[in-house]
Amino acid sequence: MTGTAATEIRQQVAQRGRPVYQLRNVTKSYGLGKIKALDPVSVDLREGSFSSVIGPSGCGKSTLLKVMAGLTPPTSGSVVLEGDPVMGPRREIGMMFQQATLFPWLTALENVMLPITIRDGKHAAKSQQDDARELLDLVGLSGFENVYPRQLSGGMAQRAAICRMLITRPEVLLLDEPFSALDELVRDFMNMELQRICTARNATAMLITHSIPEAVFLSDTVYIMSPRPGRLTEEIRIDLPRPRNLDMMTSPEFALYVRYIRSKLDEGAQV
Amino acid sequence: MTDATSSIPQRLGQPVEITDETFDETVWTEEVTFIDRIPRSIAMIGLFAIFLFIWQMVHAFAIVSPIILPSPDEVGADIVKVGKNLMSGGYMLDAFWITTKEVLIGFFFAIAIGFSLGVLVGETTFGERAVLPYLVAIDTMPKVAFAPLFLAWLGFGIASKVALAAFIATFPIVVGTAAGLYAADENARMLFRSLGASRWQTLFRMKIPAGLPHIFTGLKIGAVGVMAGAITAEFLGGGKGFGELIRVAASQLQTPRVFSLIIYLSLLGFALFWTVVWVERRLVFWHQSSVTGIGDR
Ligand SMILES: Nc1ncnc2c1ncn2[C@@H]1O[C@H](COP(=O)(O)OP(=O)(O)OP(=O)(O)O)[C@@H](O)[C@H]1O
Ligand SMILES: [Mg+2]
Repeated sequence: MTGTAATEIRQQVAQRGRPVYQLRNVTKSYGLGKIKALDPVSVDLREGSFSSVIGPSGCGKSTLLKVMAGLTPPTSGSVVLEGDPVMGPRREIGMMFQQATLFPWLTALENVMLPITIRDGKHAAKSQQDDARELLDLVGLSGFENVYPRQLSGGMAQRAAICRMLITRPEVLLLDEPFSALDELVRDFMNMELQRICTARNATAMLITHSIPEAVFLSDTVYIMSPRPGRLTEEIRIDLPRPRNLDMMTSPEFALYVRYIRSKLDEGAQV
Repeated sequence: MTDATSSIPQRLGQPVEITDETFDETVWTEEVTFIDRIPRSIAMIGLFAIFLFIWQMVHAFAIVSPIILPSPDEVGADIVKVGKNLMSGGYMLDAFWITTKEVLIGFFFAIAIGFSLGVLVGETTFGERAVLPYLVAIDTMPKVAFAPLFLAWLGFGIASKVALAAFIATFPIVVGTAAGLYAADENARMLFRSLGASRWQTLFRMKIPAGLPHIFTGLKIGAVGVMAGAITAEFLGGGKGFGELIRVAASQLQTPRVFSLIIYLSLLGFALFWTVVWVERRLVFWHQSSVTGIGDR
């Protein structure tokens, strides 16, 4: 990639959007201040951008995401989403966890429609059944609408979980290691899907992952988090053209980003 | 996809060859034993036949007095006699009905009270902190010892039997329900929270469904307890139920009658238990060790 192309993309990313998420000096301690999970974290997520956080296990990544999602209050600092402070779960957020967490007593379709059922009732869910079918179709699960989760493989369950996240048309996606339980082929496929969906919907996304290639592949920005108490120590812009494809993962630029991030993580681990 | 794809060589490795050779001495295959092949029904009938044979022998050689242990055919004959009485709507059918009523009403109250208390304990801090210790304390007492109290309070009619039956069956249902409400895992809870689900929605759409396997375990133990409670109360407090028939027959040393009455009584217990199992299979069809996600750990 030439230098000019890189700066161009950088400018595009910078211009692309107003800040959707704004975190200012967010900290979080557990156990009445005994365990400090987050040191002050300040970060802006711009509209339509894809960010990843990568860091050693137990450094506070999930904590950060939970605070952002309004699942747990920060100890100090403020989180603002679309101009409003986050004081609890918000409708514009779609979340995905490490486990698919499908409910075994609901069919795949019912699982996908669960967010609507909870928020707007059974009636509303019924009227959006076609949307749900379309989403399942999109991730290659057509024909499995009326199947119960125990008949789905791990990858299929995770795909259904993606549909469940997307059914409410969230503007913001918070993803906590959603694909770490999947094998590499399925994972690549899911990453391609995720990229496509985010671009198509201009969604703002924040991904937590342990996979450096995954972070580089998906992100506009990769954040490195220090060991506990977690702090964002470095922000790395990924200037690879979009849409990205799997072949790019073998390119020298890609390899450079991966190596750089790995060295930064190693540094962190030695401290 | 461009040059990266085209730069992949046609073949890097070698195909793995398949031969039909084996090392004869090391062949190890599954063995199916003779016992493995016997179907369950045959095995059960076989065991029962052996049991009858031993019983008959004990009787034939007069090892035990025939008053204490009647012969199988005496019992068989009495089973037919009692069966006829039941079929023709005789006094035994009335007694059977009374006991059935006690058991069903008792179970109904046990379910209603047990489930409510279980939700109180499993869902609220007040229930867990204040109510649970008392429940545990009462649960450790021998509950049958309360029978005279119930008789004194509620008289010798059906009410005192219902009370003891319900009293015994309530506790396992409380425990099952409360344990069930803790069964849903952290991910499921977090998902519901992130969806902004209300407390009721979380309870009815997640915690109770996820807890159904535990709740049904409680119900099954309760179904056994409710029978024991009703019969114990009838033994102690008279009345006109099946327990009274058994007590009278035993006091008159009509041992074959005692045996046949117990067998008919066990049909009632069986029916109740299997009704619970049947409902469980309808509702908890999804619970298997291979369930993905929650409720399986
Ligand atoms: N509910 C809690 N109560 C007490 N301590 C907690 C709680 N949740 C997390 N912690 C602690 O906070 C720290 C950060 O946890 P967190 O789950 O955010 O880590 P993480 O970066 O997501 O790790 P991983 O990559 O392994 O998922 C850990 O040391 C953990 O022990
Ligand atoms: Mg985590």
